[in-house]
Amino acid sequence: MNLLAQQLVNGLFIGSVYGLFAVGYTLVFGVLDILNLAHAAVFTLGGLVALWLVQTAGMSIWLAFPLATLFAGLLGLLLNQVAFAPLRKRADSQFSGLISSIAMAIIFEAVAMGLFGARSVRFPQGTVSVHIWHIAGVTITSLQVGIVLVAALLMVVLTLFIQRTRIGKAIRAVAESERAAMLLGVNVNGIIASTFLISSALGGAAGILYGLYFDALAPDMGRSIELKGLAVIILGGMGSIPGAILGGLAFGLSEVLTVAITGTSNLRDAVAFTVLFAILLIRPSGLLGRGKMREA
Amino acid sequence: MKRFNRLLFAAVVSVGFISTAVNPAFSAEAIKIGFVFSMTGGAAAYGATQKEGAELAVEQINAAAGGVKIAPIFEDDASVPQQGTNVYNKLINGDKVAVIIGPTLSNTAKITNPIAQQIGVTVLGVSNTAGGITEIGDYIFRNSLTEAVVIPNTIKVAKEKLGLKKVVLFYGNDDAFTKSGADVFRKVLQAEGIQILSEQTFAKGDRDFSPQLTQIKSQNPDAVVCSALVEEASGIVNQARQLGIPKTVRIIGGNGFNSPALIKNAGDASEGVVVGAAWNISSTSPLNVKFVDDYTKKYNRPPDQFAAQAFAGVHIAYQAAKAADNRKAIRDAMVKIKGLDTLLGQFSFTEGRDADHTPVVQEVKGGKFVVFGN
Repeated sequence: MNLLAQQLVNGLFIGSVYGLFAVGYTLVFGVLDILNLAHAAVFTLGGLVALWLVQTAGMSIWLAFPLATLFAGLLGLLLNQVAFAPLRKRADSQFSGLISSIAMAIIFEAVAMGLFGARSVRFPQGTVSVHIWHIAGVTITSLQVGIVLVAALLMVVLTLFIQRTRIGKAIRAVAESERAAMLLGVNVNGIIASTFLISSALGGAAGILYGLYFDALAPDMGRSIELKGLAVIILGGMGSIPGAILGGLAFGLSEVLTVAITGTSNLRDAVAFTVLFAILLIRPSGLLGRGKMREA
Repeated sequence: MKRFNRLLFAAVVSVGFISTAVNPAFSAEAIKIGFVFSMTGGAAAYGATQKEGAELAVEQINAAAGGVKIAPIFEDDASVPQQGTNVYNKLINGDKVAVIIGPTLSNTAKITNPIAQQIGVTVLGVSNTAGGITEIGDYIFRNSLTEAVVIPNTIKVAKEKLGLKKVVLFYGNDDAFTKSGADVFRKVLQAEGIQILSEQTFAKGDRDFSPQLTQIKSQNPDAVVCSALVEEASGIVNQARQLGIPKTVRIIGGNGFNSPALIKNAGDASEGVVVGAAWNISSTSPLNVKFVDDYTKKYNRPPDQFAAQAFAGVHIAYQAAKAADNRKAIRDAMVKIKGLDTLLGQFSFTEGRDADHTPVVQEVKGGKFVVFGN
């Protein structure tokens, strides 16, 4: 029983990082119907920049975290300006945007490689003081709890922001129909840019948490999570924020349980993606997807 | 075309000629030794200390009064076999070296060493531990102990000192090096009568080991025997302690654990990790103490195993080459090296031209590797 509880806890932690990563992914998709494949590179750079701030600039993680998150958000603005905005007026902007975001991903990764080297790097010992709790035979560290809390907090804030604030409402309006939003006087380009800002900031935050938890950051670390993030948003329902969170948790749990049962990580991705496949057969719109609401 | 053919013919003939003729590499004053280390690329960190160890040895030999001197030629293989091939061709046919020491990586050695074998130039590997290196031919030697020698010793000593009865085997099963390490571990554990409670595996690039470690914890092993490269090893050690696997349950590692990076990455969690190795800085033999002293003085930091093996390699090659007057004679002298006093201990070559000396077992204590059980 303890064993199962511990494995569920393990899955919860990795799942909440996946969820946070996927929320940013799905936000851009929900608004623009575009996959931003540079999201994983922003994730990586967020983590690496936080590390640089802690290690080289000597900041505390409490200061470095918001700064690096902001930096990741600014990268999102850059991404929008360079990779998406110039193509937006074209007929095939969805496809060309996808390709140009791959180009940006490669550029970001190369920059990370140039600045930080190809080796795995780590946050210095004691960046966050880790307490270890044993509750009913289940081991939890303060770092894990912190990660879940930060992830949950960011998700709640985001949901409230989208539902309650003026910008949030504008984002939803643009998601529904760019044309109608523009006619209603919404600054569509500004809204798209702020969507990228928020999305990339969340991606960067996920990168920092990932780096803190696994204690290893490398320029190519985004690659392993990129495909998973994609699977998570499909699982949860494309464009759905609660769906991305749920999908992330489901994905994390399926990974951990597969490894625990088989004793090897070979089948981990196979099982996770088989689950994805099955869900797509049963519910093509994903767990919390709204179905196809409009034809563009 | 005809002209080219003639040139080619001339080249082939001269190459053939070199292998038998007495040439400038064997002048009375100096032996030309080619060093092929990875100074750039992925293995640059290893190549750098290898070069330092070799330079120190050459400097000391040349400073000694009388005797034959060494003329070293250092080349960079950029951590890739293609560049290694270029460098081998240059050293063998251009510089006409007597012996080659290197290359840094086993992968490169597998491609480059057949070139030397074909022409008949002795190669001494000082860091290759993979299988199939010395099998390339009778001119290929190495002074780096393979896992097949280090691991049995590690398990034997760990069993004696820790009283191991039941362990879990945890390894990366998609990498030739970690997998072959695990195979040796399994065989030795069975031979020593230690029960393997379960085998858990991970894949290259994994960062989350908590599912496997949670299973391992629930099985209450006496120790976790682990075959992993240093990146994964650091994560495993860290997460094992975070998940509450007590420090009395030692983690016993293969060669991948034998790196200061493990201590740097895993910090406190690495305390008590047991690792077998060919060499330890705290070995008290006079030759080793002197080497550590001299090296630290010259480079302002302590040597690692790569530097030590390169240093010993120069002495072994020098021993064989100083009395020889052609390439074949060097090989024949190499084969005869038995019980040579080096900083690695009494050094001999096995029948298969692999290294034969007593390995050490070390543990992490106070943030560094020390001889286990002291």
